[in-house]
Parts: sequence; C-alpha cells; structure tokens
Amino acid sequence: MRLRGRSIGDAAATPSKRFAWRWRRSLLFRVVVTTLVIGLGTVALLGAYVNTEIRDGLVDARVDRALQQSANDVATAQKDIDASTAENPGDLQTLVRDVATKLGVLGGDSRRVVILQSPGNTSPLPVTAGAFNPSLVSVVTDDMRTAVEEGLTQPYQFVELPAGEPGLVVGSPIEFRLAGEYELYFIYSLQDEQDTLSLIQRVLALGGGMLVALVVFMTWWVTNQAVRPVRDGARVAARLAEGRLSERMKVRGNDEMATLARTFNEMAESLQRQITRMEELSRLQRRFVSDVSHELRTPLTTVRMASDVLFDARADFPPQVARSAELLSNQLDRFEALLADLLEISRIDAGAARLEFEEISLTDIVRDEVEAMQHPASTIGVELRLWVAEGEHVASMDRPRVGRIVRNLLSNAIEHAQEHPVDIGISSNGRAVAVVVRDYGIGLTPQQVDRVFDRFWRADAARARTMGGTGLGLSIAREDARLHGGKLEAWGRPGKGASFRLLLPRTSRGLGQDAPLPLAMRESEFEALGPRVAVESVAEFGSDAELSGSAS
Amino acid sequence: MTARILVVDDDPAVAEMIGIVLRADGFETEFCDHGDRALDIFRETHPDVVLLDLMLPGRSGIDICRDIRAESGVPIIMLTAKSDTVDVVLGLESGADDYVPKPFKPRELIARVRARLRRNDAAAPAIVRIGDLEIDVTGHRVTRAGEVIQLTPLEFDVLVTLARSPGQVFTREVLLEDVWGYRHAADTRLVNVHIQRLRAKIERDPENPEIVVTVRGVGYKAGGVSS
Repeated sequence: MRLRGRSIGDAAATPSKRFAWRWRRSLLFRVVVTTLVIGLGTVALLGAYVNTEIRDGLVDARVDRALQQSANDVATAQKDIDASTAENPGDLQTLVRDVATKLGVLGGDSRRVVILQSPGNTSPLPVTAGAFNPSLVSVVTDDMRTAVEEGLTQPYQFVELPAGEPGLVVGSPIEFRLAGEYELYFIYSLQDEQDTLSLIQRVLALGGGMLVALVVFMTWWVTNQAVRPVRDGARVAARLAEGRLSERMKVRGNDEMATLARTFNEMAESLQRQITRMEELSRLQRRFVSDVSHELRTPLTTVRMASDVLFDARADFPPQVARSAELLSNQLDRFEALLADLLEISRIDAGAARLEFEEISLTDIVRDEVEAMQHPASTIGVELRLWVAEGEHVASMDRPRVGRIVRNLLSNAIEHAQEHPVDIGISSNGRAVAVVVRDYGIGLTPQQVDRVFDRFWRADAARARTMGGTGLGLSIAREDARLHGGKLEAWGRPGKGASFRLLLPRTSRGLGQDAPLPLAMRESEFEALGPRVAVESVAEFGSDAELSGSAS
Repeated sequence: MTARILVVDDDPAVAEMIGIVLRADGFETEFCDHGDRALDIFRETHPDVVLLDLMLPGRSGIDICRDIRAESGVPIIMLTAKSDTVDVVLGLESGADDYVPKPFKPRELIARVRARLRRNDAAAPAIVRIGDLEIDVTGHRVTRAGEVIQLTPLEFDVLVTLARSPGQVFTREVLLEDVWGYRHAADTRLVNVHIQRLRAKIERDPENPEIVVTVRGVGYKAGGVSS
C-alpha cells in the first residue's frame, strides 16, 4: 500500500517537477510563462471592469425606460377604466380584457401583463379570467406583492422568466370600479440587453485573448532573439571544451550579440593558439626525449658490450684491472637504470606516456613481483609475507606499469626494513583494488613522508644504497598510479616503519570514498586480512637480468 | 659449420663491438652500414641470421625487413634503440622474428641468435598432420593437398610446436620459451604478431582460423582433428 501511495505521488509530482526543471533551466520558458500570467491577469481585470460598466449602463437605462412607460400606461389604463360604464360582471371582464389587450399592444413584444386581485379585495367577481397567460403569475413574488400593497411607488424587481430569460417586474395598484382593488404587473423581458451584453462579452474575450496571444508571441520572439545567440554560444563553448578547437560562433550584423560573438571568437582563437603552442612544445619535448634516448643508447650499447667482454675476461687481468672491470660493469647497470628512469619520467612529463589496459588480477602482478624479489630480499635477511583477502582483485591495468610500481614499493621497503619482515596486503571493494606494502624498519618522519615522492630525494643521503635505487623509483611509481586514475600514498613513524598504499580504480567512476585497506596497517591487520599466500622463490632461475630488473 | 651473421648497423662502434662478441662465440660476421646496400650484401653473403638496426641511413630497417622477407625466410632479429611500442610492432609485422632492445648485454644477444639458429627437429615423428595440412618436420615443408606452403623457419617452428600436441593449449609464455627460447617473461606481442602471420599463410579463412585456434584468455592450440 505504502509503495502504491508513493508511486502515485511520484507520478503526480512528475509534471510539476518537469515544470520546475524547465523553469530553472530555460530563460525563454520563464519569460513566456511570466508574460502569459501577467497578460491574462491584466486582460481579465480590465474585461471584468468594462463588462460591469456596460452591464450597469444598459440595465439602468432599460429600468428608467420601463418605469416611465409603466407609469404612463398605468395612468392611461386607470383613465380608461374610470371612463368606462361597465357595471355587470360580464362587462367588467370584457373591460379588464380590453385593458390588458391594450396594455399588451402598447408594451410590444417584450412586455407581458399580469393583473392580480389584491389580498384585501373580497369581491367575488372573477374579472381577471382569460386576461393573461397564467404561467406568468409565478414570476410575481410575494415580496413584490407586499411592496405594491404597502403603496410604494412603482416597486420593481429583477426576475427570471419561465423561458429562462432575464426579466424585470414593475408593479402598481389599479382599481376596477365595482370589482375593487387590483394589482397590475408589467413583466419586461431583458433578453435584448442580455444579447447585447453577451455580444460585448464575446468581443471583449476574443479581443483580450488575441491581445494576450500577441503579447506572448512577441515576448517569445524578442526573448528568442536575445537567447538564441546565448544558446549558440553555450553550444560552441561546449564543443570547444570537448577539444574541437576550430569551432566558432556565427557573427550576424553589428549589434551587441554580434559583439559578443566576435569577442567569443577572439577568445577561442587565442585559446586555440595557446593550446596549439603547448601541443607543439609537448611534441618537441617528446621528440627530444626520443632523440636523446636513441643518441644515448647507441654509444651505451657499445660501452655495455665492451664492459661485459672485459668483465667476463677479468680472471685473466691483474687484480686492479679486474676490479676496475667489475666496477665499470656494476656502475653501468646503475647508469642504465638511471637513464631508463630519466627517460621514462620525461616521457610522463611530456604527456607522452601511453597505457595499454587489460583486465588483470592485482594478485597475479604482486605475486610475480614478490617472487622476483624473494631472492634479493633474503640475501639481506628480509622476509616477504604476502596476504591476500578473499575475492578476485581484478581491475583494468597496464601490467608493466603496475608491476613497476609494486617493484619500486618492494625494493624501497626491503631497503628500509632493517631485517624485519615486510608485509604485503591485497584487497578490493566495488570501486578500487588496493595493495599495501608495510615494513617495520627505520620508518619516516611526517616531514619525510611529505618528501618521499620527490625526485632524487633520499631520507638519508649518507646511507649505504644496498638496493641501488635511482632516486626516481617512487616518483615514477606515483606518476604511474596517477596515469591509472589511482593514488599512491605513504605513511611512516620513526622506528616503527613505513607503509605505502596503492589504490587503483576498478571502474571509470573513480576510487570512491572508502579505501579497501587502511594506509597504516598493523601487523595483526595483515593476518586478519586473509590467508598468507605462499610465494615461490625464483632464485633457482636467478639470472643477472632479474637481479638488475629488481634494482630500479 | 659456423653460422654466418649479417650485422646491419650504421654505427661503426656498435657494429665492430657486435662483431667482436659474435666472433668470440664462434660466428662468422658480415657487415653493412647503409640501408641501400643491405639487400645486395644479403644476396651476396647468404647469412644464417640477420641483425638489423631499425634506424639506418637510406632505406629504413622496416623496408629492408620486408625486402628480405620477400625472398627469404632467414631469421631476422631487430636491434631497436627505441623501445617505442609502435616501432616494435611495425618491425614484427614487416617480418622480423625477434627483437633486442638497445642497450643489450652480449650474452643476451648471443642467446637470441642461438635461439634462432637452433633447429626444432629433435623429436619424432617426422611427419605431422594437422587439419588438411601435412608437415614434413625433417624436410621443413608444409603442404596442403600436395601444394607447398612457404613458411619462414620461425613460423614453421610455431606450427610444429602446436601441431605436435593437438588440442593442448599453449600459453604465450610457453610459446615464447619453446619457440623463441626466452627463459623468463618477455614481450607476448612477439607471439601475437607471428600467429597472425602464420594464419595468413595456412588458414583457408584467416578471420575464422581452424588450424591455429585462439583460446580466449589463455593462449593458442592446434585445432582441427587429424584427417
């Protein structure tokens, strides 16, 4: 029942809601509705006033004429009766009929006559029989008869005639000699006046309606003139915002609207110039990065190969030369990693980074990276523990980039773990997938948390670089997260460790309000998250490629 | 028999260094430093593998790749200085079998070259049938109703690998290991591009493949019961 009631209420609310929506949205609609309401109100008030004036004028004139005529006719009739010599009932009846007929002829079609015996008259003579139409008697009210009886001069009353016409009754006493006191009533039809008034009302209504329609149409037309360029402008602006930079407004004439259109077009022109210039700069930057990349890599290829040849042959060299070959080879690894990171970050800065999305499980990516890091971590006494919550943690991701983010977080955590374990937790909700990497090592101060994603920033410049990062790893990781529409955040307490949380959206609607995992996770929270996932170490295949891959 | 490698690279230092590395591993080397001369030198020297730089003066690496493919199935390995995805895919689509991004380590290069030279004909049977194709593994010939279909050695390897275990699904990673010789995760586009090239040659309708079938989300398998 409640549901029904509500749905009916909704259905009733819909047109008024739609009206309110249009009222708010459309200036044209608002102006036209306002004009219509004001116009109709004015015409109605004016019409009512004019109608009343005309009606009163018509009726007053008619009443004056009727009274005048009645007074004359009554006087004439009385004179005729007085002059008559009728004595017996038959003659009297004839006299009454003659008087009535004469009065009827005098008054024309629009007047009827009724003759009634006064209440005080007890004469038994039925003189009025056949003198008038008996159906008219009901038109004469008791009030009227009382007024005549009391001797008021020419009382009158507006009545409705049996045919439905409006009418006027004028009464006066008359005396029929022997038959005694009678009352004479003239009943005037006001149909002509009614017809005239109706005609005037029709003309007024038609005129008023046409006037309102004209005003509304003119308002609509004039407002449309003013609103249309604004609408055009809004449409063009929307197209510009979509990136169709060559879109322009039409300039017509030389008026204010044309000025607006011209100014608008100038603005669009200037925007287009700016954007094109930025695009050109960005293109040059990309080109430069690409060229630098190529120009640097060609000699680096030679150096790389030469260094490796020397390194492989170091057993045949004297100790200093052998050590030099080792240093050369190691530092070349670092140099290559740095170059790769630099090129990557300038690609991102230039907006040239392109992502290739695929639906993939975050668990798979993280497990692969944890497996690859197991060996380097264990060599410095750090245990990696992976905890995965129930469910499929699938999202649309660029696999290499997300892998790189996780790799950077892991190597950062391992480097700062100080032989404590590193916990990795994975979870998701409807909007986002999340991975948290937590270490329990030296930790970070709040000031350090603020700077941890800065390029080339190091918490302790003097500290040994066991994992040999480039100093760009976390910056690139944050950029990669941003390119996905996700977030990478850090938390830390000195001596308690640090925590990094990566959030990536599952849908195009963004990350949502609630994160699947807290940023600063406690050890017990990882255990509560879900079963610990066993991770195979890939150390048995461990080649140089994997080791250098991890050290970025 | 020592394999002969043609190195097409315009940078003399890189070319010389590649030569040193290859010769140290017992290969014979030929060099070309200009795109316009690459095809002539290729015809003169009959190399077993071509190492091809993509950015060359004169004719581009992509064009040379197509020229060579037009007349030979010899393995081509691209040397790419750019890691741009477009270049790699373009190179693979124009016929290259594999690519090595610069800078590379000597061992990596040698491993890629050896993988291309390795012949995939160790195990019997010598004749494999798949669908209406007959594959002569030892003779490196594929025929349909007696008509020979020309495949490059790499395409042949892909087909034989799939056809030897009909119905078994091969992930892209497994194919990369079996055919290309990668021992850990590599670029799966290598597989995608070459499967497409292979289909274009052996399928009656490459849009609706019947011999090399995609298994969504997993990889590929040889379809079509042996007839």
